[in-house]
Amino acid sequence: MRNLKRQLLAGPYILWMAGFILLPTLVILYYAFTTTSGNFSLLNVTSITFSVHLKALVLSLKLALSCTVICLVLSYPLAMILNNMKSKSQGFIVFIFILPMWMNFMLRILAWRLLLSNNGVINSLLGALNLPGFDILNTPKAVVFCMVYDFLPFMVLPIYNAMARIQPDIIEAAKDLGAGNITIFFKIIVPLTMSGVISGIIMVFVPALTSFAISDLLGGGKVLLIGNVIEQAFMQEYNWNLGSGLSVVLMVFVIASMALMNSHGDEGGGTFA
Amino acid sequence: MMKKSIERIYLLVIFLFLYLPILVLIVLSFNDSKAKVVWGGFTLRWYRELFSNTAVMEAFYTTIFVSLASALIATILGTLAALGIDAMRGRGKAIMLGATNIPLLNADIVTGISMMLLFVRFTRLGLNTVLIAHITFNIPYVVLNVLPKLKQSSRTTYEAALDLGATPLYAFFKITWPQILPGVLSGFLMAMTMSLDDFSVTYFTKGAGINTLSTMIYTEMRKGIRPEMYALSTILFMIALILLLFMNFRPAARKERKNP
Repeated sequence: MRNLKRQLLAGPYILWMAGFILLPTLVILYYAFTTTSGNFSLLNVTSITFSVHLKALVLSLKLALSCTVICLVLSYPLAMILNNMKSKSQGFIVFIFILPMWMNFMLRILAWRLLLSNNGVINSLLGALNLPGFDILNTPKAVVFCMVYDFLPFMVLPIYNAMARIQPDIIEAAKDLGAGNITIFFKIIVPLTMSGVISGIIMVFVPALTSFAISDLLGGGKVLLIGNVIEQAFMQEYNWNLGSGLSVVLMVFVIASMALMNSHGDEGGGTFA
Repeated sequence: MMKKSIERIYLLVIFLFLYLPILVLIVLSFNDSKAKVVWGGFTLRWYRELFSNTAVMEAFYTTIFVSLASALIATILGTLAALGIDAMRGRGKAIMLGATNIPLLNADIVTGISMMLLFVRFTRLGLNTVLIAHITFNIPYVVLNVLPKLKQSSRTTYEAALDLGATPLYAFFKITWPQILPGVLSGFLMAMTMSLDDFSVTYFTKGAGINTLSTMIYTEMRKGIRPEMYALSTILFMIALILLLFMNFRPAARKERKNP
C-alpha cells in the first residue's frame, strides 16, 4: 500500500513525458504522413530519394563518420595518457579538457570562423611567415574541424571513465603471466574500454549527423546537410509536412546507428566476460 | 623517457587545439580595431558596448532565467519521479527507465521540431514554450542522477524510523533526503548546463522577439560578427571557469571522488 503511494510520485513526470515527448512525436508523425490538406501521403518521407535530399543525407553521413573517426583516434591515446598520470594533478588536467565544453556552443563556432576565414588569424600568421595560406572556410573540411572541436569531450570522457575503472591488478596479473605491452593493450585495455568507446561513438555521431548550425555558419551556404534541409523546410519554405517527413527519416537513421552500435557493444562485452 | 616526451607533446597539441580558439577570442575582445588581425591597442570599448546593448543583455537575462527555472522545475519533477520509479518493480520499472533515456538519445533538431509542431496547435510560441521544452529535456538528467543515490540509500533505516513513529514525510526528510542530496544537486547542475548550452531546441520553440544567448549569437553571426561578441565570449568563459573550479575543487567533491 505504502509502496503504491510512493509509485504515484512518478505521476507528474509520466504526465509531463506523455504530453511533451509522446504527444509531439505523434504530431510529427501525423505531419510526416499527410499532405498540407490533411490527406494520407508517403511523399514527404519518400522525398528523401530526391537527389538534393539524398545528397544532403549522404554528405551528413560522410561528415558525421569522419568526425567520429577523428574524435576516436584523437581521444583514445589522450584518455590513456590522462589515465596513466597517477599524480595529484590528474583531476586538474581532466578539468582542463572539460572546460571548453562549458563555453557556449555558438561561441565555439564563432572562434573557429575567426581562425579559419580567408583573412583570419591562421592565414594571417601563415602569410606573415611567407607560407601559403589555406582556404577551408565554407568547405566541408571546416565543418568537420568545428564538429571535432565541439564534440571531442563527448568521446574523451566516456573512454577515460572506462579506463579509470580498469583494476590495476588485472594488468599486473597479465604481466606476471608474461604478457607484453601490446598483448595487454589488445587483450585487456581495448575490450574493457569498449563500452566507453561505444557510448562515445553514439554521443559524437548522433549530434554530428543531425547538426545544422555548424554547417550553416561555417559552410557559407555551400555545405548542405540533412539538418539544413529540414531547418529550411520549416523556417524558410514553411513546408511542415516535408520537414516532418525528412525528420522521421533522420530519426530512423539515428535509431539504426544506435542499434548497430549497441549490438556490437554487447558482443564486445560478452566475449570478455 | 622518449615515451614520456611524446605523451607531453601530444597533450600540448590537444591543449592548443582546445584553447587557441578561446585565446584568440579573449585577445580580440581587448583589441581596439575592427579588423580581425590588426592589433590596435588595448581597449575596454567592446565591453562597454556589450553592456549598453539591450538586445544582448536581454538575451543574457533570458538565458539565466530559462536555465535556472527549467533546472529547478526539472529537479523537483525529476526527484519525485526517481522516488516513484525506485518504488516500482519489474516491467513497469523497465519501461520507465527506457522512456527516460529517449529524450537523451533523440536528435536535438527532432525534439525541437516535434515540440514546436505541438505548441503551435495550442498556444503561441514565446518564453513559456522555451521553458517547457527545456524542462522536458532536463528532467531525464535529474532522474538519472538521483536514481543511483536512491539505490545506495538504506531502506532499513527509513523503515526503522517509521516503526519508531515518524511520519513518512518526516522520515523522508530526516533519512532519505540527506542521502540523495548529492544526486539531486548534480542533477540540477547538469540540467542547468544542458539548458545553458542548448541551441537547437530553443531555436525551434522560441517565439519572435525571445532570444537566449545561443539563438542571439546565431542570428548575429549570420549578419556578420561584431567585436562585442568577443567580449561576451570572454565573460562567459570566465563564468564557466569560475563555476567549474568551484564545483570541482570544493572539499566535498574531493571526498566523493576518493571513494566512488
